[in-house]
Amino acid sequence: MSIIKCSTCGHQNKEGTTICEKCGKPLDYDQQGTLLNMRYDGSAIRSKTKNRSIVDKIWNFFSSIKVGVSLIAIALIASALGTIYPQKMYIPQNIDPALHYRDQYGLSGQIFYQLGFHNLYNSWWYMVLIALIGISIFIVSIDRGVPLYKALKNQAIKRHPNFLKRQKLFGEYKDYNEEDKTDFINKLKKHRYKITENDGHFLAEKGRFSRWGPYVNHLGLIIFLLGTLFRFIPFMYVDDFVWVREGETAVIPSTNQQYYIKNEEFIFETYGNDDEDAIFEAALQNTSGPVPKHFETSAIIYEDVSKDVIGSEPELKEINSGEIIVNEALKINDLALYQDSYQLNEFQTMSFKLHEADDEEEAAIAEFTVDLTDPESEYEFDNGYRVELNRFYPEYELDNGQPRSISNYPRNPGFVFFVHGPDIEEREASFLAIGQNIPSGDNQYKLSLTDFGVRDVSGLTVRKDLTLPIIGLGAFIFMIGVIQGMYWQHRRVWIHQGEDRIYIACHTNKNWYGLTKELEKVIDGTSFTMVQDQEKNNDT
Amino acid sequence: MDLLSLSSGLLYTAFVIYLIAFVFFAATIKDKQQEKQFTLMNKIAISTTILGFIAQVGYFITRWMASGHAPVSNMFEFVTFFGMMLVLAFTILYFIYRIELLGLFALPVALLIIGYASMYPKEVSPLVPSLKSHWLYIHVTTVALGEAILAVSFVAGIIYLIHQINQSKTTVKTTWLEIIMYAICATLGFVIITTIFSSMDYNATFSYAVDEEEMTLEYQLPAWFGPENGELVTDDKMDAVFTTPGWMHGAEAPRKLNTLVWSLTAGLLLYLILRISLRKRIAAAIQPLLKKANPELLDEACYRAVAIGFPVFTLGGLIFAAIWAQEAWNRYWGWDPKEVWALITFFFYAIFLHLRLSRGWHGEKSAWLAAIGFAIIMFNLIVVNLVLAGLHSYA
Repeated sequence: MSIIKCSTCGHQNKEGTTICEKCGKPLDYDQQGTLLNMRYDGSAIRSKTKNRSIVDKIWNFFSSIKVGVSLIAIALIASALGTIYPQKMYIPQNIDPALHYRDQYGLSGQIFYQLGFHNLYNSWWYMVLIALIGISIFIVSIDRGVPLYKALKNQAIKRHPNFLKRQKLFGEYKDYNEEDKTDFINKLKKHRYKITENDGHFLAEKGRFSRWGPYVNHLGLIIFLLGTLFRFIPFMYVDDFVWVREGETAVIPSTNQQYYIKNEEFIFETYGNDDEDAIFEAALQNTSGPVPKHFETSAIIYEDVSKDVIGSEPELKEINSGEIIVNEALKINDLALYQDSYQLNEFQTMSFKLHEADDEEEAAIAEFTVDLTDPESEYEFDNGYRVELNRFYPEYELDNGQPRSISNYPRNPGFVFFVHGPDIEEREASFLAIGQNIPSGDNQYKLSLTDFGVRDVSGLTVRKDLTLPIIGLGAFIFMIGVIQGMYWQHRRVWIHQGEDRIYIACHTNKNWYGLTKELEKVIDGTSFTMVQDQEKNNDT
Repeated sequence: MDLLSLSSGLLYTAFVIYLIAFVFFAATIKDKQQEKQFTLMNKIAISTTILGFIAQVGYFITRWMASGHAPVSNMFEFVTFFGMMLVLAFTILYFIYRIELLGLFALPVALLIIGYASMYPKEVSPLVPSLKSHWLYIHVTTVALGEAILAVSFVAGIIYLIHQINQSKTTVKTTWLEIIMYAICATLGFVIITTIFSSMDYNATFSYAVDEEEMTLEYQLPAWFGPENGELVTDDKMDAVFTTPGWMHGAEAPRKLNTLVWSLTAGLLLYLILRISLRKRIAAAIQPLLKKANPELLDEACYRAVAIGFPVFTLGGLIFAAIWAQEAWNRYWGWDPKEVWALITFFFYAIFLHLRLSRGWHGEKSAWLAAIGFAIIMFNLIVVNLVLAGLHSYA
């Protein structure tokens, strides 16, 4: 590696250094007469100096701001494309996505689907894009952050006059007295500048920590992105769902049958039933249906404490109870149960009576109730009659004239009953469903629905996410870094004692207006005139 | 008088005071004094602005008391609040940089936004269970403040552009500037047209069938675009001239398209009237009024607003949003369109800051970026809510 030797002090600087580390003399001889480039304080940046091996080339690619910004711009456009139509997770789950996009959005929807944009954010290329941004952030931070840190840590107090002359804000003063100088320095102190001295030369500095802001926020982003990757480690993340009916106890999925939940009661309230809802009256008139106000599951959590014997009955011990409300999950160790959805008034029981088909009074010969979650196959009565439940369709539907059930949930039950009795030769069959009562032939007896019981079903999301603390930490560090970098600035004032004159130069990494205002206040009352903005003078 | 009418009275008062403050700021143009001095007219203008802001805070508090929840839960409330935050953000930037021209442009934008908000239903709407959380006001207010501060960067940027761009001949730049002027006209056009027809209680109902189900759609503006196979039910009202194209599938798409076309037409009319009566480009007509402007200061204010607004927006729009989403929907991120567009906003301003701080994009480039950023924010506020259906479409 070549070395740049400073012509004034003889210090050996690394290749790529533009300001001598020791005396602060500008080394960019080709740029004489222009303002000094103060980025990274003139220190050597790896990506600007090495470009030989393949490693150098990869390093240089990722450490380029241009590349980083381009990657973000591509991610921006890609993200926007994904919002043209709803993503896969927001379309009805029981339809083939290919058909859904074609039927709903026509040709453009088909193209959207064919390009895989319906699942854009989980696509490999989107993830690669985000990963590339992560790598770029990481490399650029090391490439720039480390040299900058070193340069500022070891910065010289005394700088070469050429360094001062090539700062944006600069002043040169011949007629002054020591008092003015002390006055000026004291006023800088009052503005909370840290003053260091070397040989009658001064450096006033404040807010250096804001220079680390970008690197701190980049660190936060890297932690955040790593955190999102941890989701793919199995024990870190659980996402499951369970329906629990009122009064029912169900295994909580993804817990190895260790935990159970009982739905004691599901409470559902809508707006408009309360005096205090009067204020919403006008708004409620404009909505088509009732607006849900509150819903919650009153639940008990049990743990199976039976020893691990395969096939043994679970032995449930209550470990927690409470309400599961939207915005208020119920927690069991790392697991949280969230109120997600609900199904109101699902059938629980149906009661029937047996009577003579031509009896207008429909006087009951026998009465029985079918528990729809656990129907019995036969209902026997003392008077010799017997009803056999031949077929049960929890959610009945006619499919080409054939009854079938589309789910195991009793949302629209259908029954095929066989009635046996002392005066019935073989049996009498009939089909019953809501609104339907079809005898198989010229039946002597008839079954009629007399009553039914309903209950609510609560849909709960089972979620464990151990990545949250990591992600939270990343986000927190990011915020600290952004605030540190954006709300403060690094200001420096150099006072160089020349032989017959004094030089004052000022630099800030950003927000020059604020620095100018501050200097006006500091200089005001001393015999110094305001430092000149050399950039402005060059323009005019 | 009940709280709710007191509340709307205060909002109306705030609107009028902002209008007066705008006139005062306009008067500062004639101020012969040096720009850095705080003239009497300046003091009157900014005090009036603050007075208006206090009135609007009064509206906010009384409405909160009346409804029992932070009034940021529907389109009217949120957009109004955004206007209020814009005034606050302008006031903050004003005290940093003392640029009165900022008031001359920020106040009309705020007035337009509040006017736009009041075109939405103003009833107090009930909160659905997922919105019942303290995060409602923590998240929404921070987002609105962050976006408002970013909007001030647009205001500074647009003044910079009008001041700097050479108007002696037509260029791509002057054209884009006129497009921005036209967009402002179209918003004003929307407010004017909607106000006219709502004061006439215009209402035309169409019935149409979707999957053999009878649906109705109410228009508050005369229908140019009716629903497919729609039939006018109301008597003595104009029947639709065109049928809404079939590929527009969004909820109530025909009415939204109709409103859009009305706004664009009214905006075009406004723009043409201005353009013809001024006999030059609108930006060219404004340019001489900005003689006092200090482009460097405007440039720094434009960037500084982004530097201040970006962390606030990130905190409210991404971090608070994620915490709440985790509580309410059990996932901190779900790729809902509103979330994605918040991420896009974040990406965009991250690009803005990198280009400015590391690649030296100052002045004009930076000002154009600020204008694009504002367009993204407006897109997320209006289009995402109204067109791209999702969890946040509360209007």
